[in-house]
This record gives sequence, structure tokens and C-alpha cells, in this order.
Amino acid sequence: MLILGIETAVEHVSVALADHRGILATSLLASDRRHAESLTPMIQFVCAQASINTTELDAIAVDAGPGLFTGMRVGIATAQSMAWALDIPVIPVCSLDILAQRVTRCDDMIAAALDARRGEVYWALFRPASETSPIVQRLTEPVVTVPEELAALLNERAQEVVCVGSGIERYKSRIEFVSTAQYAGPAYSQPNAEELLTIAAQRAIREEWVSACDVKAMYLRVPDAEINWATRQTVQEN
Amino acid sequence: MTAVATSNTVILGIETSCDETAAALVLGGNDVLSSVVSSQIDIHARFGGVVPEVASRAHLESVIPVVQEAVRTAGIDPSRIDGVAATVGPGLIGALLVGVSTAKALALVWDKPFIGVNHMEAHLYAGLLDDPTLQFPLVVLLVSGGHTMLVEMVDHGTYRMLGRTIDDAAGEAYDKVARYLDLGYPGGPAIDAAAQKGNPEAINFPRAMMHDGLNFSFSGLKTSVINHVRKNPEVSNIDVAASFQAAVVDVLVAKAIMAAQQVGATGVVLGGGVAANSRLRTQLQSQGEINGLRVAVPSPEMCTDNAAMIAAAGWYRLGSDGPTAMSAGANPNLALPVIS
Ligand SMILES: [Zn+2]
Repeated sequence: MLILGIETAVEHVSVALADHRGILATSLLASDRRHAESLTPMIQFVCAQASINTTELDAIAVDAGPGLFTGMRVGIATAQSMAWALDIPVIPVCSLDILAQRVTRCDDMIAAALDARRGEVYWALFRPASETSPIVQRLTEPVVTVPEELAALLNERAQEVVCVGSGIERYKSRIEFVSTAQYAGPAYSQPNAEELLTIAAQRAIREEWVSACDVKAMYLRVPDAEINWATRQTVQEN
Repeated sequence: MTAVATSNTVILGIETSCDETAAALVLGGNDVLSSVVSSQIDIHARFGGVVPEVASRAHLESVIPVVQEAVRTAGIDPSRIDGVAATVGPGLIGALLVGVSTAKALALVWDKPFIGVNHMEAHLYAGLLDDPTLQFPLVVLLVSGGHTMLVEMVDHGTYRMLGRTIDDAAGEAYDKVARYLDLGYPGGPAIDAAAQKGNPEAINFPRAMMHDGLNFSFSGLKTSVINHVRKNPEVSNIDVAASFQAAVVDVLVAKAIMAAQQVGATGVVLGGGVAANSRLRTQLQSQGEINGLRVAVPSPEMCTDNAAMIAAAGWYRLGSDGPTAMSAGANPNLALPVIS
């Protein structure tokens, strides 16, 4: 099973290619927001490095959010187009799953949080990967809230927890009062294509994938215009 | 991969710059095999204008079904496609990037050239697509929500800017007046419909800069409409709409004819969303006849945003410039390349 992994839902762009042997080639572009310009050449690069023609691909895995709206749309548009043209499935993976998957050697619980801007974080809790189950398991639905809400839940659970992601890095001071929390550190602040492929490989075995026309982006936030419109409607009705 | 654009070349065009998701297949630069447009007008109507984030989300959901439909209705195998063209600007950046990413991904998988297309240049090609017998030089009157301009098409790829709006676009004036009169969104069709029932000579609104060069100005007209309604609250909306429309159309038509005479054009071509306007179409036809000018009024489907014009312009650009680099992005402020 040859899978291409596309990560553009965060600041960096990361692309990787893997089969049953593991990762074959990767390409990472850090601290650059030019996702649309970089993605296609990076896909060409990893395919060339691994001597693979795109027609040999069996599936495309993509970070489907939550994350940067424009960035994740570039990744999803690319993934669904390639999948449609090649008549292969897409494996959409939640950015928080990928982030949690980056945490190794952990027996407790993982809190993965990405900076959602405007003082909020996208977050979810996970059971870590283990010998028997190689991918993390989501314990809570992904949400977008102020970091204090995540901290409050962690306090309530009073369980050992490893906190990971840009959302933790940015708002550490507002979560630090959780005495049971450990921090994975800034090296693991973003999801990337390699862990995306670790998850995708497991899902591919169970054929947990969708067709090119059925890929859904996970925004978690409605556009501002919708909020303003809904507010106006409520004001008018009252 | 050599750049070719022959009469046998099939280009897939993709358009996502504003509120239409469109895909089309065009053979040899002017034979439209299929053209599919999925409009978001209903989605944006309640906001009274196009909301960029809402538009981008809708494009992402529609683009593959629209491309699929274009390939299906053309009745050809995708392997027959020789290049993939997409609008790279001007337009809404997030919306543009959906189409550009889609086109580049398809070009990559099919191992065919990607061609970045200027949306305004594509509008110029819509007229030729509708009537391939038109001869250069041509004058194109391009009127849409965001643009009002008179362009001379000297030859393929060679354009001269003859005149443009110095303030509001004609389409913008339509939207603002329609909103003021509470006629609905989008303003163009709303005012056009109301105007059919009204008297275009009821109110004599100013024809700004009518005999003063080839530039346009519409903000003063919008203000005088508002002032007139304030001073005459009993005035009928349909008369205001008809008189406003008459003022806009008079200026557009007079300047288009003047421009064609100045540069010795063989004819005038209408383009852009406002070109769907019934009065503009009939007035330009009759004034062209009186002045011995050929007037090409493409079908409303060709005047509004569509992907057939993107594929047509892409076909010419592939022949003249070759493929666009895969590292290309989008440019929301891309200007029409013009000679002075
Ligand atoms: Zn347009």
C-alpha cells in the first residue's frame, strides 16, 4: 500500500511517501506560509526521491483540519484532485490525531492542542499508542475553546497527562496550574506528514477511507459573516 | 513535455476566483465541448455580497463534482486532456487557491502542462469564443461587479487600456442602488427586472463624463439617485431603477462606440457580468448598427464568470508562453497585461 501524505493545515508544509516498509521519502518546508506555491513541487520531489510515479499511488492521506483555513484547503484540494484523477481513495486525518501521534513513550493520557488564534485553541484528549494498538485513540471530540477550558477539564480528570502542540506552547502560562501535566516541548508543536502516514497506514488496512468527492474539511469555526448574520437575525426576532 | 496548442488540443479550464465554481473543456481554443457552472449566488444572497471565507468553503466542496461533470458531459476520456488551466487572479485569494491547487494536482497526475490564466484576459476571450469570425483590432467593453473598462484587443495577448472607471465599477453602482431601493441581491438582475416595468425617461440622472474621454465615473450617479429618492419619497422604485439603468447604459454605449471609432476597430465585444443586462445588450446592438460597427454580444453564460473562457485564454497562453511553473501561486491583484 503506497500512500502519499500531505500536511498543509499548519504553518509549515510537510509531504511524505510511505509503503509497508515505512517512510520512503519526506520533504519539509518550515516557517513558510506559501503552501500553494510549495506543495506540488514538494510532491514531485518526494516521488522523484523514491522513484515513484504518481500513478503507482494507492491512497492519499491529508490533514483535514482543524487548522489554518487557507492552508488546509490547499492540501485537501490537492489530495481530492489527485485521488479523483487516479481513482484512489483519500484518508482524511484530524490534525489533533496527528499531533498526539507524535508523542511516544507515554502511558497516560495526551492533550493535543493547536493554536487557533483569537485567544483560542483547537484541542482533544487521547489515549496513547501502545504495543497492541499502534495509533492514538481519541477520547473527546475536537473542539475550539479558550485554553482555560482545557485546563479545567484536565484538573477535573486529575490524571497524568502529556500536553503537546502549538496551542500548549502559546498558552502554557494559562494551563500550568494543572499539577498533573507534563509538557512534550516545542519540538512537537505541529502535526507532520510522517505521523499522518503512521495513522493512515493503519486506517488503510481497515479501508477507513472516503472517495475524492466526500472529503470534508474540519473547520470547527463558522465564518465570521455567518456569526454576524445569526446575531442580526436573533436581534431582529427579539 | 513540449508546449503545443493546436486545433486538436483539449484544455480543461477551472474558475474559482469569486462566487462561481466552474469547469469546462475546450477544443482548439474555441470549440466548447462542455461548460459547467455551479453558482453560489444563493449562498451569499443573505449577506448582501460575496463573503470570501464562505466562498472558499463552497469552492472546495464543489470543485471536483464540477470538474467531473465537465469531463462527463464533454464525453471524452480524461486522457484526451492536453493541459489544465486555472484562474490565478485577480480575485479572492482563498477562493483562487482552491482552483489553482486543483489544476496543479490534476496536471501533475496526468503529466500535462498547468497554465495560469488571468481572469480579465479570459473575459476578453469570451467574445471570440462565442464568435470566432471576429477580426482584430476589437474593442471590448468589460463591465462586471468589480470592473468597468474599455480594452482594445490589438491581437492575441496584446491589449491596450482605453478607459476605465475612476471610482465605482458599474456593477458596484448597481449593487448599491439596488440595496438602497431594497430590490435585492445581486443588483444587476434586480434592477434590470424592475427597470423593465419603469419609465427610463422619468428622471434625468446625470451622464457623468459623457463627452469627456473614455474613462467612466459612477459614484456621482449613485449619489444623485439617493438624493432624488430622499427629496421625492413618493417616487416609484421602478421609475428610479429604469432611469438609473438608462443613465448607466447611455454612458457605457456612447464610450464603447467612441472607442471603437478612435482606434479603427472592426467591432465592439461585450463582456463581464453586467453584459447580461437587457438594455445594455439592445442599446449597444442598435448604436453599433447606426455607426456601421459590428457588435458581438456573447450569450449571458459566456459574459458571466465561466471556465470555457479560462480554457480558451489558457489555450492561447500555452501556445505563446508555454506551461506555467508548478511553483506558481495566485495573485488577488493581478492586472491585465497592457501595452501603452
Ligand atoms: Zn469575471
